[in-house]
Amino acid sequence: MDWITKNLPYLMAGVSVGGQYALIAIGYTMVYGILRLINFAHGDIFMVAGLIMVYATTAMPIYIAIPLMIVVTVFLGFMVERVAYKPLRSAPRMSIMISAIGVSYLLQNMALYVTGGLSQQYPTIPWISDTVTIFGATTKRVTLITPVLTIVLVVALVLLIKKTKIGMAMRAASRDFETSQLMGIKINSVISMTFIIGTFLAAVGSLLFFTNYTGVTPTAGAMPGLKAFVAAVFGGIGSIPGAVIGAFIIGICENIIKGLGWTTFSDAFTFALLIVILIAKPTGLFGEKATDKV
Amino acid sequence: MKKRVLAMALVAAMAGTMLTGCGGNGGNSSNTGSDAGSAGTEADASAPAADGAKVVKIGVYEPASGDNGAGGKQEVLGMQYANEETPTVEIGGEEYTVQLEIVDNESSNDKGPSAASSLVSAGVSVVLGSYGSGVSIAASDVFKEAGIPAIGVTCTNPQVTEGNTHYFRICFLDPFQGTVLANFANANFSAKKAYILTKLGDDYSTGLGYYFKEAFTGLGGEVIEETFQEGNSDFTSYVTKAKNEGAEVFFAPVSTEAAALIIEQAAAQGLTIPMMAGDTWDSNVILNAAKGKDVQIYVTTFYQEGGNADFDNGFKGYINSNPTATANNGGDDTISAVSAMGYDAYYVALEALKAAGSTDPAAVNEALWKVNYTGVSGSITFDEVNGDAMRDTAYVKCANTESGEWDFVAEQGVN
Repeated sequence: MDWITKNLPYLMAGVSVGGQYALIAIGYTMVYGILRLINFAHGDIFMVAGLIMVYATTAMPIYIAIPLMIVVTVFLGFMVERVAYKPLRSAPRMSIMISAIGVSYLLQNMALYVTGGLSQQYPTIPWISDTVTIFGATTKRVTLITPVLTIVLVVALVLLIKKTKIGMAMRAASRDFETSQLMGIKINSVISMTFIIGTFLAAVGSLLFFTNYTGVTPTAGAMPGLKAFVAAVFGGIGSIPGAVIGAFIIGICENIIKGLGWTTFSDAFTFALLIVILIAKPTGLFGEKATDKV
Repeated sequence: MKKRVLAMALVAAMAGTMLTGCGGNGGNSSNTGSDAGSAGTEADASAPAADGAKVVKIGVYEPASGDNGAGGKQEVLGMQYANEETPTVEIGGEEYTVQLEIVDNESSNDKGPSAASSLVSAGVSVVLGSYGSGVSIAASDVFKEAGIPAIGVTCTNPQVTEGNTHYFRICFLDPFQGTVLANFANANFSAKKAYILTKLGDDYSTGLGYYFKEAFTGLGGEVIEETFQEGNSDFTSYVTKAKNEGAEVFFAPVSTEAAALIIEQAAAQGLTIPMMAGDTWDSNVILNAAKGKDVQIYVTTFYQEGGNADFDNGFKGYINSNPTATANNGGDDTISAVSAMGYDAYYVALEALKAAGSTDPAAVNEALWKVNYTGVSGSITFDEVNGDAMRDTAYVKCANTESGEWDFVAEQGVN
């Protein structure tokens, strides 16, 4: 019992942070699946979602602020795609990648300008911010909610992709971009939809993440974004279950490493894990076999 | 082709709306510079009309963004208030208007030197700053090569002034502060086991952590040390570790940004042991984070609100009269010790300019060794080896989690 009380907090922190990484990682993996683009701005959209929430709650009650934050964030994700990626659709892939990096820095610097570089205190959201005790370990309720909510959202997403028409269009587009266009799929709306879903999940992720770790800074999205990207690659980029499982593995391992007392190496471990997995299995855990189209 | 033009226009429009949209509350950091500028010009107008053009520039090398942005801004506020109070100085029989040249070192050891270079090219006579030891050490050589003296305001790491003759300092040092904290933990909480959390690569954090450990183990205590990295925001496992190991005090000399996260997560996990830290935690960021939570927070600092009524009232008036200043002070009029230190640093610089009788940096550097000034934070004279102020007391404060204010606990020395 004592052992559980002592070690449960590490596991809970790991599962919860893993869930938050998972929500971000899905955005990376879906966009990669369809566009073969690593959307470097994704972590910063996550940060902007946090800032929107900070400013929204100063002006309106929380039950309006949350939907508004999600809508504005989704719109931002949609606009980023339309403005920064769509005009480059036929350009070499490297150009879109550079454009993504540009958007990332643009968002970070805008945030720096708006906040004046200071950490903004994230609002306390009632109920999920409450402290709860399980097996003698105290934590915030959000820690327990995160994994459940993550799994519910992922199941919904998988159903959407498997059962609906737009889901089928997404699968077709990720299989073969050009051919699906020839088959009459409106590729632009499919891509927009992908970005909308990705940013929606990132917005939910930011709500959960910043409720636990309450400071929003212009660079707050960089580290979670990077870890989520690692998770997506780890699970096999392009695969949604892969991204989710990868994210949970990374979140849990990271906290176990910290629990063992090797705090200095917890980040080093994450990235070392990435290298090892890429050497052993270049496509990641659930990655599809690379087929070169001739 | 048309589409491309349209896209370009869209990009421009988006960037444009973002800029205008943010105009309202945006100017926090960028305005400080122009504020100082306008204060300077106003002073120009009021200076004796005969030779109103004489201007002496004092460089302000402080963080306005990054980890230490909040503290840096409060320190600059102290200087700006002092500048507003005394906008002119008599140097060699002539009246000079003092102009503050403010740069942002972004709390970053990489970006600090280029900010310092811009001060050098602005032709400043003396530099004040910085909040944060790492950035001060990083910029030290730039000032040295340019022959410009610098006055460290609240950088407490010994290495800032060690082995050089151009960097001075008006605050106490970490070996002193670490010992004070260790003594306090030992005497007041009879702590035998301390948990020390420091940030990797931060000279201030690792330095103070080290001196605390030295002093604490010297008193027969035991320590558990852990570190975290830049960009880390998940402190739950550190708090868990402290609890599991049965530590009796939690010592975390870290930036306010990390501190707010640590306090939040410590409260969420029901950490009941006292949390202690050095001068960085003396900030309303900490008070806001701790308000209404079940945590005990003790800090050592340079100045206790109420120490000098004139300064307190004047400074509060200054902050409340100017919305930008209020925002830079974190939204209320709590007086941070760093503001008092910034205020004193400005007057020390004026004393040195007067004594030098010239705006030449080399002369100011010479004059600084002999400056003797009694400021709001106590008497300031520099020792002859490193140019450190001789300080022998620190104030210990405790955060009142109900009222959101600091409660004075003790005035502590080492003995």
